[in-house]
Amino acid sequence: MARELGKSVLRGENITKVFGYGKTRTEAVKQVNFDFHEGEVISIVGESGSGKTTIARMILGLITITDGTLYFNGQPRDISSGHKRKEYWKNIQAVFQDPFSSFNMFNKIDDLLIDCINMTGGRHKSQEEKFEMMTEACSFVNLKYAELTNKYPFELSGGQMQRLMIARIFLLKPKILIADEPTSMVDACSRATILDMLLKLRDEIDMTIIFITHDIGLAYYVSDSVYIMEHGAFVEAGPAEDVIIHPKAAYTKRLISDVPKIYGEWDLSTVG
Amino acid sequence: MLHQLKQAFTNPKFLVGFVLFMLMLLISLIYPLLSAFEPLDMVTTGFTAPGTYVSIADVANSDGIGMNVDASAGRLASVLKDEDREKMKDWMVRFGGVAEGDIDLSDTEALLEKWQATYDPAVPQKGLRNADKQAFVRLDKDIKAATNSDGLILAAKGEDGLEEVKTIAGNTYVRTGDVVSKIVMPLGADNFGADVMTKLTSSIAVSLRIGLLAGVIATLIGLTIGLLSGFLGGWVDNFLTFLTNIFTVIPSFVILILIANAISGTARSPMLVGLIIGLTAWPWTARSVRSQVLSLRNRDHVSLSKLSGHSLPRIILQDILPYVASYVVMALILQISSGILAEAQLSMLGLGPDTTTTVTLGIMMNWAQKFSAVLGGAWWAFVPVVISVAIITFSLNLMNTGLDQVFNPQLRD
Repeated sequence: MARELGKSVLRGENITKVFGYGKTRTEAVKQVNFDFHEGEVISIVGESGSGKTTIARMILGLITITDGTLYFNGQPRDISSGHKRKEYWKNIQAVFQDPFSSFNMFNKIDDLLIDCINMTGGRHKSQEEKFEMMTEACSFVNLKYAELTNKYPFELSGGQMQRLMIARIFLLKPKILIADEPTSMVDACSRATILDMLLKLRDEIDMTIIFITHDIGLAYYVSDSVYIMEHGAFVEAGPAEDVIIHPKAAYTKRLISDVPKIYGEWDLSTVG
Repeated sequence: MLHQLKQAFTNPKFLVGFVLFMLMLLISLIYPLLSAFEPLDMVTTGFTAPGTYVSIADVANSDGIGMNVDASAGRLASVLKDEDREKMKDWMVRFGGVAEGDIDLSDTEALLEKWQATYDPAVPQKGLRNADKQAFVRLDKDIKAATNSDGLILAAKGEDGLEEVKTIAGNTYVRTGDVVSKIVMPLGADNFGADVMTKLTSSIAVSLRIGLLAGVIATLIGLTIGLLSGFLGGWVDNFLTFLTNIFTVIPSFVILILIANAISGTARSPMLVGLIIGLTAWPWTARSVRSQVLSLRNRDHVSLSKLSGHSLPRIILQDILPYVASYVVMALILQISSGILAEAQLSMLGLGPDTTTTVTLGIMMNWAQKFSAVLGGAWWAFVPVVISVAIITFSLNLMNTGLDQVFNPQLRD
């Protein structure tokens, strides 16, 4: 899994997020630092409520960063205007956890894909060209566009929906993809397929993938580097082999021992 | 959408409400076209009981048909009430010297025979007031007129006094269809002598228009404020919620009265009243839309829409609005219903639309109350109005409940 690291695309310095104020003040993310490189697959692992999704949403620019600086391609990220945000989002995209809530139920599938083509400057392409691009994107994720056209999202299965989300990424070809637990709501078969597709896509367009997951086994399976998160801070970070085979932090050890094993007894002694 | 529409029309509650509402709407649209009068025409003077009125002169002038049925029996029955019979018996026993046992009140013929034989106004009637004596004279006259089978003589004023025109026999009838001058007032006439049915149907139309305008305005304002405040959050949300809370805390009816009172009576057109009602009725819609949007704005499809670079109006219109649309339709129906009620309340207080040019359900009730229709027994001046208001609001609420069941399957029984 060892890959040559490209140049840094996304670097966070002392990133902090605070929700609420006064008595309800909660520090969801506490001064975290990270450095993600071109073509790297990164996993951010932690249990529910540890702040993984908050980091993802801050990186995506969906919520503001309370304190700290985020560097994109070496420059401080600037999404102060609508135009700049649009430019930024051409480079960074996401696949969310729940495929059923990721779609607007009132729009047809075609609308979703055509949106992606328009966003990447394909607005002036002819109908045939657009049709071809959509067919190609669908076949990349083993779906047949001809069977999906004019259908509504709720007519598809969860696995199909999530694959369609990847087809969307295929059309957008962003530099960075944030995958927020993309496989936790689909069955085991679809899960492997979806992971393989994401990795294939990474190889094809040299995209950085940030996996947000609570599944340390999955993190080991797919990633180059792993960040372990507990209570809003990174407790351990480094190459996947180092972190998972030779964990140093107590929390990492606990996470690893929590993974259910088919053979052998569970080690519950580390459960705090 | 089509699917939900289909479901709505198979829901019994919605269907009943819809049919009732359409019925009222159709009546309000069609009857004023068919009616011979304008809603504000003064057809008669004062309260007039429901019924068909024919011109007496027309009847007298028509060529009747002789029937082998004596009309006097019917006339007599309508003249001789039970209490009249009691009075006749009393008189005959006290002043006519007839034994009480000889009089059978149920035998009309025998009673009349005895009465005609004994009654004489010249007999001294000791112990009777003058008014009572006169009442007996009138009763006797009525009886004579009713039992007269010789017919009437119709006379006209001529050069030397009255000239006989024709004699109308007691058994002459005329077909009601042949009487030219007829006034049909199914619900009588109100205090101004206006036909209540015409007035009622056209006021239903006006009240529905006011309710619709008020409902649309209230829903639009509430929807806009709710969407913006829920979706944008931050200080916009704080400000709009503050505004909404202020309007919720102050009873909107008080604001309504103050605004309506500030505008002179003649300037208040029905549409202006609808506007005023709409401007004070939006807070609840705004609050509930806001809470719905709050739960929607963090959904993944909204985040994805943002990531796709969609503009704010487009996200609100395409990704938020369709999800709250069903709720908004229900809110609109309730707002229309409460708009109609608010108009009725305002008009009851005399703050409704200008009474000299339009008529609404509230205005009709206001006049009925001012002219003591309840005390005077003129039920037709207010009961149909009250029933109409009840049916309209009931049908709208029924439609709302039906839609609620369609959109929230958990509520289905």
